[in-house]
Amino acid sequence: MSTHEDVLSSENLPHEPERATLEGKNKFMGFWFFLGGETVLFASLFGTYLALKNSFGDAEGTPSQELFGLPLVFIMTVILLTSSLTSVYGIYHMKNQAFKKMMVWFTITVLLGASFLGLEVYEFNHYVHEFHHTFTAHAFGSAFYALVGFHGAHVAFGLLWFLTLMFRNAKRGLNLYNAPKFYLVSLYWHFIDVVWVFIFTVVYLMGKVG
Amino acid sequence: MADNTNSNYQDQFFKEKHKEEMKYQVITFAMMIAFTIIAFGLVVGDFSKYLVVPIILVLAVVQVLFQLYYFMHLNQKGHEMPSLMIFSGVFAAVLTILALTTITWI
Repeated sequence: MSTHEDVLSSENLPHEPERATLEGKNKFMGFWFFLGGETVLFASLFGTYLALKNSFGDAEGTPSQELFGLPLVFIMTVILLTSSLTSVYGIYHMKNQAFKKMMVWFTITVLLGASFLGLEVYEFNHYVHEFHHTFTAHAFGSAFYALVGFHGAHVAFGLLWFLTLMFRNAKRGLNLYNAPKFYLVSLYWHFIDVVWVFIFTVVYLMGKVG
Repeated sequence: MADNTNSNYQDQFFKEKHKEEMKYQVITFAMMIAFTIIAFGLVVGDFSKYLVVPIILVLAVVQVLFQLYYFMHLNQKGHEMPSLMIFSGVFAAVLTILALTTITWI
């Protein structure tokens, strides 16, 4: 075995394996830079939504007070918050080099994320069929689906990212090459949760209050 | 041999440390759920709009700070650059939202 291989898959990983190599450090730094950019991207969608949430033009539209149902949003929020905690458990086990336990917690995270996505699909479907609240109906609809839908797309991408990493590394175990990858996907997952906290507050709760 | 014992001690130390961190993560989670329930409760409770909206916005910001500092480990060592990056993002985000809601479409 070459020394390079030896270092990457050593029996005892160093403390903080996600930042132990130069590649890991660069990924860590670059990913936070990306998250800063994502913050601005979501801000532009939030700003658009806030400006257009009462704009219906000539179209007949349902105002947000009548449209949104809080129980479903509450369930979705709890599911996503819980999935954030389960991915923290995954990283906890990664730091203790317990690969199997990490995989179990990430599997739970993926299941919770998928049920969140399923509920969101149901919600959108409900709006379209019961209220004719569509993407092209009016400015409120466009801004709503652009913001919430873009977040949903992030959830879908996060799920694919988790699944890809888990399948690809299932037989490899934990090493210095994939530890940064698992760390980053969990950061991404937390960021999705951060955005959702603002979505449920600004879109649903403030929409309900009026 | 001596080296081995030393690394065992180190392992033990880090395991304890991770456990300690995990305790804070679970507390963070409990706080976030509590804030969420309070926010939903305020909206369902039919209070004045001018009271509810500022409170739920503050709750959201606090919740997000918890998430950033505990779940995303911004409170740990070596996170100076990440903090700089994410807070520059937040700065630009605030400007963007202000511009869009006050100038562009209104």
